[in-house]
Amino acid sequence: MTLTVALSALLSHWRRRPAQLALLILGLSLATALWSGVQAINAEARASYDRAAALLGQDRLAQLARRDGGAIAQTDFVALSRAGWLVSPVLEGTLRLEGSRLRLLGIEPLSLPAQAETLDLGRGGGDLLPFITPPGLLYAAPETVKALAAVPGLPPLRASPNLLPGTALTDIGTAQRLLGRPGEISRLLVLPEQPMGRANLENVAPDLALKAPEAGGDLSRLTDSFHLNLTAFGFLAFAVGLFIVYSAIGLAFEQRRVTFRTLRALGLSARALTAALLLELIVFALAAGLIGVALGYLVGAALLPGVSATLEGLYGASVPGTLSLRPQWWVSGLAIALIGTLAAAMQSLWRVWHLPLLAPGSPRAWARASEHALIGQAAAGLGLLILSIGLGLWGSGLIAGFTVLGALLFGAALLLPVLLALVLAGLQRLVRRPVAEWFLADSRQQLPGLSLALMALLLALSANIGVGTMVSSFRLTFTGWLDQRLASELYVTARNPAEAERLTTFLQGKVDAILPIWHIEGSLEGAPGAVYGAADHATYRDHWPLLAALPDSWDRVATGRAAMINEQLARRARLKPGGSLTLPGGWQVEIAGIYSDYGNPEGQAIVNSGALVAHYPTVERLRFGLRLAPGGVPALMAEIADQLKLPADNMVDQATIKRRSLDVFEQTFTVTAALNVLTLGVAGLAMVASLTTLSAMRLPQLAPVWAMGLTRRRLVRLELARTLMLAALTFLAALPVGLALAYVLLAIINVEAFGWRLPMHIFPADWLRLGLLALLAALLSALIPLRRLARLAPADLLKVFAHER
Amino acid sequence: MLLTFTDVFKRYQTAEGPLTVLDGLSLSLDGGETLALTGESGSGKSTLLHLAAGLDQADAGAVRIDGVEIGALKDTGRAAMRREVVGLIFQQFNLIPSLTVGANLAFHARLAGRHDAAWQADLAARLGLENLLNRYPEQLSGGQQQRVAIGRTLGARPKLVLADEPTGNLDEATGDGVIALMLNLVRETGAALLMVTHSQRLAERLDRRIHLTGGRIL
Repeated sequence: MTLTVALSALLSHWRRRPAQLALLILGLSLATALWSGVQAINAEARASYDRAAALLGQDRLAQLARRDGGAIAQTDFVALSRAGWLVSPVLEGTLRLEGSRLRLLGIEPLSLPAQAETLDLGRGGGDLLPFITPPGLLYAAPETVKALAAVPGLPPLRASPNLLPGTALTDIGTAQRLLGRPGEISRLLVLPEQPMGRANLENVAPDLALKAPEAGGDLSRLTDSFHLNLTAFGFLAFAVGLFIVYSAIGLAFEQRRVTFRTLRALGLSARALTAALLLELIVFALAAGLIGVALGYLVGAALLPGVSATLEGLYGASVPGTLSLRPQWWVSGLAIALIGTLAAAMQSLWRVWHLPLLAPGSPRAWARASEHALIGQAAAGLGLLILSIGLGLWGSGLIAGFTVLGALLFGAALLLPVLLALVLAGLQRLVRRPVAEWFLADSRQQLPGLSLALMALLLALSANIGVGTMVSSFRLTFTGWLDQRLASELYVTARNPAEAERLTTFLQGKVDAILPIWHIEGSLEGAPGAVYGAADHATYRDHWPLLAALPDSWDRVATGRAAMINEQLARRARLKPGGSLTLPGGWQVEIAGIYSDYGNPEGQAIVNSGALVAHYPTVERLRFGLRLAPGGVPALMAEIADQLKLPADNMVDQATIKRRSLDVFEQTFTVTAALNVLTLGVAGLAMVASLTTLSAMRLPQLAPVWAMGLTRRRLVRLELARTLMLAALTFLAALPVGLALAYVLLAIINVEAFGWRLPMHIFPADWLRLGLLALLAALLSALIPLRRLARLAPADLLKVFAHER
Repeated sequence: MLLTFTDVFKRYQTAEGPLTVLDGLSLSLDGGETLALTGESGSGKSTLLHLAAGLDQADAGAVRIDGVEIGALKDTGRAAMRREVVGLIFQQFNLIPSLTVGANLAFHARLAGRHDAAWQADLAARLGLENLLNRYPEQLSGGQQQRVAIGRTLGARPKLVLADEPTGNLDEATGDGVIALMLNLVRETGAALLMVTHSQRLAERLDRRIHLTGGRIL
């Protein structure tokens, strides 16, 4: 009963100030929306990886694979079967089809364990016979079936809702034919029930190793860094949103200080008062959480197609472009709203709990930080910056990288009010005119009330500068790198070996060089990778972008005893030129050099093409890069199409392939850019919130100056100038923070997440644009309070002085 | 005459309807003269003071300072009048919290372009503030704050000082001390003083007294 009465008294505050309540709910909803939107995307993607991994029971069945990552020979399978092992062969590979990729899985349905069954082939008949006999059947998700309908050379298609988009299932024989890998097996599924007394694996197939079941699989591991990136940005947006919540709650608590004291004086215990406030906060948090999660669904649904395209382009991971409603993120969204609200309210609740009953009634300025608190804040900020530098120098791993980033951002944000106070105090010493002196002193006094909004603005601006610098540096490096890397003027892919033979014969004398682009997929240093063959040609010596190399590195590769490796493999396995590397199948090579390989998450090695064929005789030899005068490309394409009937899709000129690569690149950062804009929007809202609430408290400071002869028009101009000045100073502070952030992203996060390091470039024109945007945001956020001040009647200003009329 | 009110009317809209606060009021004040304005709460004392300062405008009648009708001035003109001719002392002190005592003392004089460092130092010493110049208003007692407010106003050497219950927030002993100081300094600078007060005892220390009832002079 007491609690109800207290609660009704407390809630009456919000009835009188609906706009303040709306701001609190909006801030919390937006914070929750951005966070849960990102979580929804991550949950959707992870669910897809799990489905992909669970496709053949990989999450439940042990498997046999070669220790060196190479293909298992058919003879090993036969030997194991004869030795009593109950295993089922699987071939996995990627089929490139007209600009898209299809993950192809070949199975042997008769030996497939029940746990791995994805399709009902009808063992009693049905589709089983056509599945295992030529031309076979190709099962895929309905949308994939639709996309593949016009592709020639594929077996008859069947739709299955159990399969993920971009994945197809067929008989292992059909898969070997389609992938051009006859007699190859990628792995053997081990049935759970094995006969007693079967021969020891070491004796039958010593090259094979038993792998325990794993959830998620390679895709999950490969894409972890991408999802961590998204999570970090979601968290940043959430933190910026919490600034609004903290600010709104703090203001409401200060405004109700007298009410709290009265309630306490009337007999309400501190415990009951705190409980009533806690109850109020929980109700608000749940209401805002529900709105936030609903908004988050919209954010997630809007961003998911971009994320899907990125994951497909970068990792070849298929994620549906539509979002499912998952109960777990509704719950987690509500939980994060609740946790965020309580975290933002903790300080205010602590104050209420310790509110002295007989405290002096002097009005205390809202959020007014004492010098002591400011020093404490500066110390915490410095501590975080030191932590950031220390971890940057001595830490390792992606989590340490993100901790560096978080400590840098929040350390800088905590230091901002102190820094602004020092700058304003310094300027105050320089000025001579009284109005300028008052302006600066008054600005300094406004800092505690505005600092949260300014800190939010600093975070958003720094994130924009940092991410913008990273993306632009990446774009510049990537474009230059593509120019080097894509040296061939035309890329052609034959449909079969016979056609490849005809093509190379036809091209003799018509082009300057025919450079094979052949590769095998396999394990490199314990992770998925690829080995490419390159001809001994000046193209590579002149163009290939090397980061480090032994002398005469390409000559060493030409001998067949050395390989070039990409940066990500070198960093991951800590390999250096001069070291050695074991390629799939146990082939030992010397590392001749390291090349940059942006946009590729996997390890890669380049060996001599002749040596590649010698070690992997079954390698598909269908793709070539052609060197010729650029002007001759269209004519040659027409000639190949006319004489060899090679489809247009199998020929790509340099410009097209560059454009496609850049499209994938741009898509990769679409989501980051969207989150950046949303974060800036939330920071703008924090500014609106702070300026609007502060404007109501400005009269006691403005009225005396007005009374001493400053016009209201001039006061409006000064208030506007103050907002713009603080935004401009915050922007200036954000520049070094943003650049440091860019450095952390380029030199730490990218290296940890993707395995490559990029040179940092700076883009002052972008800063100018962002600076103007920050000023515009400040101007817009100040419009309502300024309009209110401009229209203020003298009578309202007089109320400051009037104790009676 | 330095200040004249001629048949001045002022009404406010309230929840209960229009309320007449000044009802055809006329008065005048000479340069160097001190005048006490007494009356019950709601009798219109503060309104009269606000009109005299150009902080508010009359609904009818004329308010003139130094021969200039304030009602005819635009906002900038009224602001210039407050800056250069008038000095205000409030019951709530209304110091600028972001400035030090020294900066507060000099503020109005500097705004008016009449800052005189020697005069300010003399004022600070006579007001007993010389050791408090680097403090902020919130670090002072009520009496000290009101002395700063008086110093701020007199530092600008205005022709007309308008004081609204300047001792209303002080205890009697402190108030007496503050009033004595203020009257001495006002007389020394030759300024006219119009002071609103509830206290008959304080009113008697001024040259002339007017009692307001229902917006009229009794």
